[in-house]
Formats: sequence, C-alpha cells, structure tokens
Amino acid sequence: MSLATPTLRSPVLALLANVLSRPREPLLAALIVMLILLVGVRAPAFLTLRSMDNLLTDSALLIMLALTQMLVIVTRGIDLSVASNLALSGMMAALLAMHFPQLPLSVIVAAALGIGLVLGLLNGWLIGYLSLPPIVVTLGSMSVYRGLVFVLSGGAWVSSRNMSAEFVAFPLTRLAGLTHVVWLAALAVVAFWCLARYTRFGRDLYAIGNDPVAAGYVGIATPRRLLWTYALSGAMAGLCGYLWVARYAVAYTEIAYGFELTVIAACVIGGVSIAGGVGNISGAVLGALFLAVINNALPMVQISPFWQSALTGIVILSAVIINARGEKKRAKQILPLHFQPRAAAVAGSTS
Amino acid sequence: MSSTVFPAAGSFFAPPSASPPAAAATTAAAMTSSAREVLPVLELAGIGKRFQGVVALNDVGFAVRPGEVMALLGENGAGKSTLVKILTGIYQPDDGIITLAGKPVSFATPQAAMQAGVTAVHQETVMFDELTVAENICMGRQPLCGFPPRIDWRRMEAEAEQLFARLEVSLPVRARVKDLSVAQRHFVEIARALSQQAQVVIMDEPTAALSQREIRELYRIIGQLRAAGTAVIFISHKFDEIFAVADRYTVLRDGRFIAAGALADISEPELVALMVGRDVGQVFPQHEQVPGEVVLQVENFCHPSEFHEVSFSLRRGEIIGFYGLVGAGRSELMQALFGLTPAAHGIVRLDGKRIRVSSPAEAIAHGIAYVPEDRQHQGVLLSLPIFQNITLPILSTIGLMLCGRRRRRQELAIARRFSEQLELKASHFRQQVAQLSGGNQQKVVLAKWLATNPRVIILDEPTKGIDIGSKAAVHRFISELVAQGLAVILVSSELPEVLGMADRVVVMHQGTVQCVFNRDQATPELLVAAASGSLPPSTMNGAVPCH
Repeated sequence: MSLATPTLRSPVLALLANVLSRPREPLLAALIVMLILLVGVRAPAFLTLRSMDNLLTDSALLIMLALTQMLVIVTRGIDLSVASNLALSGMMAALLAMHFPQLPLSVIVAAALGIGLVLGLLNGWLIGYLSLPPIVVTLGSMSVYRGLVFVLSGGAWVSSRNMSAEFVAFPLTRLAGLTHVVWLAALAVVAFWCLARYTRFGRDLYAIGNDPVAAGYVGIATPRRLLWTYALSGAMAGLCGYLWVARYAVAYTEIAYGFELTVIAACVIGGVSIAGGVGNISGAVLGALFLAVINNALPMVQISPFWQSALTGIVILSAVIINARGEKKRAKQILPLHFQPRAAAVAGSTS
Repeated sequence: MSSTVFPAAGSFFAPPSASPPAAAATTAAAMTSSAREVLPVLELAGIGKRFQGVVALNDVGFAVRPGEVMALLGENGAGKSTLVKILTGIYQPDDGIITLAGKPVSFATPQAAMQAGVTAVHQETVMFDELTVAENICMGRQPLCGFPPRIDWRRMEAEAEQLFARLEVSLPVRARVKDLSVAQRHFVEIARALSQQAQVVIMDEPTAALSQREIRELYRIIGQLRAAGTAVIFISHKFDEIFAVADRYTVLRDGRFIAAGALADISEPELVALMVGRDVGQVFPQHEQVPGEVVLQVENFCHPSEFHEVSFSLRRGEIIGFYGLVGAGRSELMQALFGLTPAAHGIVRLDGKRIRVSSPAEAIAHGIAYVPEDRQHQGVLLSLPIFQNITLPILSTIGLMLCGRRRRRQELAIARRFSEQLELKASHFRQQVAQLSGGNQQKVVLAKWLATNPRVIILDEPTKGIDIGSKAAVHRFISELVAQGLAVILVSSELPEVLGMADRVVVMHQGTVQCVFNRDQATPELLVAAASGSLPPSTMNGAVPCH
C-alpha cells in the first residue's frame, strides 16, 4: 500500500476481493468471533455469559429492523423512515398505556404494530403505485412521522411512572434464560429467512431488484410487492417502537434519532447491495451483530466512543469497496468469441 | 425499384414435420388463401403502430404454422423489433388483428403473451443476473409444495435439469446467471420458453455473440423445437444462417410488409434486393471537395471484446461513412477514438504525429469532436439554456478572468454565430434545450462541438429520429463543414444517408472492418451484404484494402 510496491497493489486487492466477495457470511461471522475474542483478552468480563446475553438483548431491535430494511434494499429501495416510524408508534403505544391503563398489553402491542403497518403502507403506496423514488418518499415521511411525535406528545416525555409495570417488564422478562426481545428477534429471523427463500413474495423482491423490467416481463406485480415490502418494514418498526419504549421505560420525542442509518449500515456491512438484488437474511443479521459487538465491546477496552463511529464508518467503506471490486463491469460482447483469446493476448502484451 | 412483391406473393406452409424446405415448395398459395394443409398457429393481419405521429408499422401481416421456422428480414429500422414487441405484449398495436391458434387475441401485458404461448429470446437477454439458472427459468411460476405453501427448490432444479437434458445442453442449474456466457444465457432463455409450453418462439438475432460451435448447438435446438411442433420466428441478418435454419421468409421494409415466400425459391441477392428495394431518392448536397492530406490515421485499433484490428485513414475535406448493423461495434469504436474506452489500444495518428487519447478532454484538445447517438442522455444538458449548452466544452477558452456581463455577452455571441449557421429555430438563446424539437436539439449538439473548433468531427447517427426538414439541414451543414476543410466521420445505419453523403464507406460487421468502398463503387446491395457478413472480403470486387 506504500508507494514502493505499486505493482503488488492490484493483485493483492484482487485476491482480497476474490476471497472476500463471494460467501460473505462465514467471513463476517469469523470476524465477529475474532473481535469478541480479542476484546475478551483485554477485558475478560466481556466473555461472560451475562455480557453475551446483554449483547444479544442490545442487538435484538437492530437485527429485527435490519431484516425488513434488507428486503426493502433488495428491491432497489431504502426506508429512511423506520426510526421515525418507530418513535411515532412507540410514543402512541406509551400514550395509550398512559391514558387507558386498563388496556391489556396485547392490545397495546397490536396497536403499535398496526400503527407502524399503516405508516409503512403509506410509504409503500407512494413508492409502489405512484412510482415515486423511495429515498425521497421516505425522507419526507421520516420528517412527517417525527413531527407527529412532537404534535402528539406536545414535546413531553412519557416516563415509567405513567406506564404499567406489565408494559415495562415485557421486553426484558426471561423465557428459558433469554429475554423476550431476543426470542422475538430469533422468531423474526426464522420467519424472514423463510419469507426470503421459500415464498414467491420473497423471490419476487429479488427479481425486482435484479431487473425491474424483466420482473414485469415475467408477470410480477411490482407495485403490490413494493407496497407490502414497505408495509412489512413499517409493521416491524411499529413492533420495535413498543419494545424500545418499554425496554428503556421512557418515551420522548427523540427516540431512536438517526437509528435508520445504523440499520442501513448493518445491511451494507452484511453484504446487501444498495443497487438492489443482492443480499440475504444471514448477512443482515451478522451485520447487525457486528455493529452491536463494536458498540458493546469498545467501551470495555477503553476505546473512546468517538472511535466507535469512525470504526463503523471504516467497516462500511471496506464492505462497499469489497462489493464494488466483486462486481466488475462487463464490456459489451460484440466480437465473435473466437477473437477473444487473440485479442486478450494482444491486450496483455501491450499493457 | 419500388416494392415489387417477389415471387408472386408466394407463401407456403411446410407441413409440421417437413424440415427440408424443398418439400414445401410444391404448394404455392397466396397469403390470404385458405387452402392450407395446417392452420397457422399465429397470424397477423393489418398490424399498424405509430409513435407520436411517426409510423413504425403499417398494415403488416404474416402467418407462421406449427413446426415451421420463419425468417423475419429487414434493414435496421424496418420495424422488426416493434413487431416483436407487439407480439410479446410490450407494445399494443394501433390497428390490426393477432390470431393465435384460430382465436383473435390481444396481449395487454408481456405475461399475457407468455401465458398464451408466445415467448421471445431477446438479443440482449432479459434476466436476473444474481439469481440461479433454475430460478430464472421458473421466476414467477415457481413450483410450490406443502402447507403453508413454500417454494419447492428441489423440484424447480429438477425441472430445469430435465429441460436442459431435453435440449441436450449441460448447464449447472445452480450457477448464477451473471457467471454464464452469452450463449449459455440464450440456452437459459430457450429453456424458459420451453418450460412454458411455448407455441411460438421468437428469436431476435440469437446468434449475434455466439461461436460457431454454439451456433450449431442452437441450430440443433431449433430443429428440436420444430420437431415438437413449435413455430419459430427467426430474426437474423446473416443469410447463411437464414438459409440454414429457416423454411420461409417475410421481408419488412420501412414498417411495411414487402414479400413472403419459401427460401427454397429465392436466392440471396434477390433477398437483399427485397430488403433494400428503394431508390436513394433523397437529394443530398453535393460536395466536390478534393480531399487533402491525411488528418487522422488509425492503425490496428483493438478492444478485448468490442472491436478488433480496425484501421482506416481520414483526409481533410472528406466524409467517411461507417455503415453496419446495429451492434456492429461502430459506436463503441468511435467512443474509443474519443477516449471514452480505456481498454482500447492501437495507433492513432493526427497529422502524422502519434497521439494518445485517454480521455475526452484530451480528444477535444487534439481537435476531435464526438456527437453521440443518444442525444438526450449524452449530447445535451436539457435543463440548461441553449447558449450555455453551446459554450460548455469551451468555457475555459472564453477566459475565466472575464466575468459577469462581458463573459455572458461573449457566450451569447458564440452561440449566435453557430446557431445562425445551423438555422437553429428557437425563440431566444436563454430557452431551455428541453423545450426544443428533436431536430433543433441535434443542432444545439452540433453547434456545441463546432464551437470547440475541431479538425475531425465524429457524428454518430446524426439524423436519427429527426424530421425530414431538420435532416436536410444537418446534411447541408455537414457538407459545409467539409467545404471548410474539416474531416467528418459519419456513423449511420441509414443506407441512403451513407450512400448520399460519404466519399468512402467503411462497413463493419461484428467488431471488424469488413470492407471499404469508394463512393462510386458502393451500392445498397453490396453494403447490406457486407454488413451482414455474407460477403467474404477477399472475393469482393471494388473493395479497397482497409488502409
């Protein structure tokens, strides 16, 4: 990488790209384990079961949101409104719990989910049926939803005093040793893995992301698929809205501010291509876990939190570079193929 | 030579199993006759299509019967692709009736056409690159199993394997399509067509990028389709292929039906005459410039996948025409000359001095200008006013020191000079280019490049999609340029334009220079034959070596 070895650079990079580009997931998994062990050497407390349990609980919401964000990105879209949607659904769930304390928890959770779903449907309708660019639509709805949080709450906090004990306790209650949020995340991972791999809905999203025109040719109803993709993303944000508010036992206007970027970062690190058509569930999950490990581990080895975001950025950039090297642009094939070896030989000798 | 219908509107229909076309040659019947042995599976009558007033197809009709291979022939722009798009449900016809298996049908969507059994293998394959071969074949119709229903990957892959076994092609069904060769992609498309029980398979120049062995493989598969009673519409510019696989032909020209018949009854020159079949009726401005010294000399220009060993020279005051089929590599060659394709290499001399052009900026500095084919995307900035478009490439020469009003005045003066020369019709120079007509937009593009004061100007399809009046203005303008001593490279797919304007014509085919004709030697028939690669360069009379 120094000036002295310029000839080494491209083969090394090519080799790196070769090794790194194809099965991303095992590599990322290895990287996470390595990182955990490295940190464990410096701070043995990090390797305890309790710490791992914390790590999982902390990453659960990020994983859940990365799942649906991944589906959205696979269709060549993006959902910037997830964090605002989460805040709005969470705030409404908290307000419901405050004003109607007699409401059973299941109704409140369903309400949060439903609100998120409706907000997501709105995005999906604008993107799918009016063919508006996803980045613009969700940028707009991001502000609208965040604004509505202010309007509904009047800028005031809803604190744990205003919530029932049941409301607050649910996310961190343990079932067979793990917290509810972890179980929910695990359930979501399995469900979305099946959705992405074994349903026509899931496969159609890949088709749309690969080639929207060709998807139309094979009869995929793109608008309807997009509508429900963003709806899923919204519903997931709604559910996470309740979980977030209940877990931190407070609802305020700035909940999850900027969290949409963390979610997107998790997807990108997990090998989901922003250009669409590429990405899978395991990648999104590992990307989210990776970010959670960085965020949880670095403070334990006394690395300044300022470094965390820089480190995250470096990881994202490396992921993107690896992606770009993996997909070399093809030239048009005009010459008959028997010209190829000869032409290539000439090219090789002159360059 | 007007639209003489060649052999007496002869049209016959081979029985489904009869692969040698000669067997069918005994029953000659008119197109409209009902005396047929086997009913056609697909019949078109009176198909018309217009795009914003421009007639793309007018009263086109033909029929194909099961187990028959029909060659659809025509020059660039004859309306073949429009017809294919109508048949596959991408466009809706404005007039006419499509009859499939005796029933009138209309395909509102591509999917409707596919479900009805009409599928196409496109020249540029339409596929999902990141997905596997099996999934590409089954996309949208994946087999489901169990409850809740889930995609049965095993069955999908087994079905794909069966299809390839039927085609006798070995392809890994789990491979990603992006890792396949062009030929393999064609096989995937054919397998997809087969999996849908296609009654009619349209192949749009399927051999364009295949090797000889792969082409033979394709012929074999076409034979299988024919044996299975599938009708094949085969579009190709290569006459040897047409005579090798097809039973009948239908010729289109300028969006009209010209002739149809059995290939056994027609020879290659007769087919070419049918395809070309028109006088070069337009009047082109004569330029009696005696070409001067060589300005641009290109030797052994190569690209790994786009063109190979291209050599030619261009003199002062000369127009050199580049003719070829769409996708022959002409635009790619010109882009490389202009420094847009770094992978290209070879010797380029300007005024005898070897130059290296590795970016458009360098090309402009050497006095080479390139007017691209895709006007809207590559040629102009639609949202900027006219005068800013014209002065864009020469901003730095206007003088950065000048600012404000003086600079603007100078820009406007330059814009005015070239606009008057080109008879640009606009209300004022601050008008946005987007508001101009296609012809006037093209004039803006020309003005812009002229402002760079080039020595060599490359025009890539300069009159594509503009009206007759603007065309004449552009032609007149080109000859004025030449009179001023510029050297012009004119890339055009329009025969009359090439024949009428160029001093010499270079014909390209599959990325190589096929032959070079002088103006008095070039005939439409020779050019078409050379462009389709059916004339070996060595046997050509009047062909000049490539230097």
